[in-house]
Amino acid sequence: MTPGGYAEKWLEVDLGKQKIEEVVHSDKILRHYFGGRGLAAKVLWDKVGSKWAELDPLAPENPLIVYTGPMTGIYPGSRICVSGKSPVSMGTVGSTAATEFANEIKQAGYNGVTFVGKSDKPVYLLITDDGAELMDASHLWGLDGEKTLIKLNKEVTEELTKRKPDVGLWKEPGMIYIGPAGENLVRNAAVITKLCHAAGYGGYGSLMGSKNLKAVIAKGRGSLPEVDAPEAAKLLWKKTHEHLMARSNMRRVGTGYAGYSVGAETSSEPVRNWQEEWHDEKSYGGPMFETRFWVKKKWADFNCTTNCMKVSCIKTGPWKGDITDMPDYELQAYCGTNFGIFDPEANIHLSALADQLGHSGINGPNTAGFAVELHQRGILTDEDFGFTPKWGDTETFDKIMRMMAYREGIGDVLAEGTYRAAHLIAEMKGLKPEETLKYAVHVKGIEIGAHGTRSDADYTHDISYAASVQGGDHTSVAVDGYSDMSAAVFTDSAVFCNFTYYGVPQSLVFDFAKAITGFNITLHNWRSETGPRIVTLQKALLLLGGPDLKWKPIKDDDNPPRFYEPLPSGPYKGKTTDHDLVDTKLQSYFETLGWDNRGIPTKETLKKLDLAELEKSMAKLR
Amino acid sequence: MPFPGVEVPHLCSQCQDYPCIEVCPVDALSKDEDTGAVITDRETCTSCGLCITACPGQVPYLHPKDNKAVICDLCGGEPKCVEVCTEAGYNALTIVNEGPSIHRKLYSRHPVETAKDLAVNMFGEKGEEVIE
Repeated sequence: MTPGGYAEKWLEVDLGKQKIEEVVHSDKILRHYFGGRGLAAKVLWDKVGSKWAELDPLAPENPLIVYTGPMTGIYPGSRICVSGKSPVSMGTVGSTAATEFANEIKQAGYNGVTFVGKSDKPVYLLITDDGAELMDASHLWGLDGEKTLIKLNKEVTEELTKRKPDVGLWKEPGMIYIGPAGENLVRNAAVITKLCHAAGYGGYGSLMGSKNLKAVIAKGRGSLPEVDAPEAAKLLWKKTHEHLMARSNMRRVGTGYAGYSVGAETSSEPVRNWQEEWHDEKSYGGPMFETRFWVKKKWADFNCTTNCMKVSCIKTGPWKGDITDMPDYELQAYCGTNFGIFDPEANIHLSALADQLGHSGINGPNTAGFAVELHQRGILTDEDFGFTPKWGDTETFDKIMRMMAYREGIGDVLAEGTYRAAHLIAEMKGLKPEETLKYAVHVKGIEIGAHGTRSDADYTHDISYAASVQGGDHTSVAVDGYSDMSAAVFTDSAVFCNFTYYGVPQSLVFDFAKAITGFNITLHNWRSETGPRIVTLQKALLLLGGPDLKWKPIKDDDNPPRFYEPLPSGPYKGKTTDHDLVDTKLQSYFETLGWDNRGIPTKETLKKLDLAELEKSMAKLR
Repeated sequence: MPFPGVEVPHLCSQCQDYPCIEVCPVDALSKDEDTGAVITDRETCTSCGLCITACPGQVPYLHPKDNKAVICDLCGGEPKCVEVCTEAGYNALTIVNEGPSIHRKLYSRHPVETAKDLAVNMFGEKGEEVIE
C-alpha cells in the first residue's frame, strides 16, 4: 500500500525496447522527496548518478519524467510536473502545467511515468485503467499543437468507445504533447497541454522530441487515491475553497490585466528585450483584451477554485481562428511588450503562434527578442535574417518564431536558446562571448520570466534568479531565508498550482498535506529539511553540469548584465539591481542552506539531508 | 467532445415521455413520483443497454463496477452536486423551479450536438471549421 494521496504505482517505459513496467517507490523516498519536482530529482540522480556530468540531455539515456504529487487532484488546482536533466540548464527543473492529464493519470492508477531510451519511430503513450500501451504517432509527427490535440482527442475517444461501448460518453482525455519546436529539438521548447498550457521552463519539449515521443494521454475511470484522513481532508478542502473564493479579482480577470499594470506601475516588464521595463501604453490595458477578445471567462482546470483562465479568440481578419488563454501576463509581456508590440490583437496572434509551434511562450520569445536586439546593435544583419527585423512589427516575430521552430536560417542558431545562441553568434561573428552575452537575459541558460529586478517594486529582487536552482524561472525564485522552500519547492513537489497556494494560510496547506499523506509534515520541517534536501540535490546536479556546459560556482550565481544597467525610463528611472546586495544575500542564502561560500553543499549538510552519496562529486568541486 | 475545452454536462433531463422506461424489457426502470427522476432497480437490470440507445441524449451508461444502468436519480430531490457547488461558493448549480412552458425534451440532446453549438458560439467561424 502506498501512503494516502498516492496511486499504487508508477510507470517506467523503455522507448527503445518498447517495454513498459510498473514500479513503486518506498515510503521513505516519498517522505523525503514527496513527488513531482523533488521525487523526479531523486529518481534522476538514482538513474544517472556518477555519469551525470557526461550525460548529454538529448541523449536517449536521459530520463524524461512526468510525475504528479500526492496532493495532485485533491488539493485545488491540479498540475503535472515534467522533469529530466534539463537540455538548457544541465540541472533539473520541476516544470509544471495545469491540466486534467494530472488527475486522469492518477485515476487510471498511476502517479506518473518515466521514459528512457528513444523510440525508432514517433509514438505516443496511452494510459488507461487497463494499463499503458505505446501507439504509433507517425501520422501526428509534424502537426502543430491544435491539430495534434484535435486529432488525438478524436482518435483516442473513438478507440476508447470501441473498447468499452456501454460505459457512457467519454469526457475529453487528458494529454501532454509537443509541437514542431519540440520535434525539431528547439532546446527551450515546451511540453504543451490542453490548447495553450505549457510546462515551459527546462526545455523538456526538446527532451520529449529527442525520444520521438509525440504525446502522453491518460484516461482513468477510477476515483482519485484514498487519503489518509478523509474527514480532515474534507474539512480542509472546504476551508481552502473559502480562502480561494475570496480572491475574486483573480477569478474575474486572472493575470490578463497585468500586461499594462506591471509595466506602468512596477516597471518590471520586459520591453524590447529588457532595454526598458516601463511603458504606459493604455492601448494594452486589460479591458482592451477583455471586451474585444475574451470568449470564455470561466475555464478552470479540474478542481480549481482560482479559475484565472480566460479564453481569447480572434474571430475575423488575417489571424482569424487564433485561440489562446487571456493571454496571461507572461505572454502579454513576452509576445507583446518584449517585441515592442502594444496591440492586443497582435499579442494574441503571437501567443497563439507560440503555443501552436510548441515554443515555451516565455523562453522562445526571449530568444527572438534577443536576436532582434543583436540586429539593432549591428551584430546580426539583414542577410542573417533574410529580411529586416523591426521592433513592434508582428510579421518580424511571426517569422522568427517559425524559423526557430523549423530551424530555418538563423532560426537554427536561435533554436539553441538565448545563452547558447549568444555563444554561437559570437563565434560566427568573431566576437568575444561577452559582447553578445550582455544582451542575453537568462540565468543558468534559462531565459528569465517577465518580472525584472531593477525597480525592486515587483516580487522579484536581487537574488530571486541569481540564486535559484531553476535559474530564470519566475515561478521558483530564491529568497534569502527559508521562505522559498515552503512555496514553489513545495507546490512543485506536492504538484498543484501556485495560484491556489497564495491566499491560503500556509499552516492550512501543510495540515492538508498531512491529512492527505499521513506523513508528519509541517511547515517547519518542510522549510528546514525536505525543502532544503530537494534544493540541495538540484543545486548539486546543476553544479555537475553537462558535457558542453558547466556553471562556475558563485560566479554564475548572478543576474544577467542587463539587470545591472540603470533603468532608462519611467518612475524608477536610474534605478538598478544592487550588486553588493546580491553578494551579501547570496552568502546568507548559502549559509541558510548549509552550502559553502561558493554555494557548494558542505559535507555536513549532505550528511544531514541524507544525501551523502553526493559527497564524492561535491568534494571534487570544492 | 468534438472540440477540446467545450465540455457539456451530460445528465438526464426527465423527458415527459420517458423513452428509457418505455423500452426497458424487464421493467427495471421507473419514475420517481416526487422528483420525476428515473430510478434503476439494480437487482432487476440485466445490463442489456437498450435504455442507452433509446435515450435521445445517450445519457444512461453501465457502471464500471457492477455493469448496471446508471441514470441520475436526483439524490431523492436533494442533489449532492448542487450541495457541494453551493458549499464551495461557486453557485453554478442551483435548483430551479420550472415554469409550465418548459419542454424538457428539448434539453434531451446528445451532448456532442450541444458542444458543437457552443464551439460555434465561442469561436465563430473557427468553431464551424473544427466541428466538421
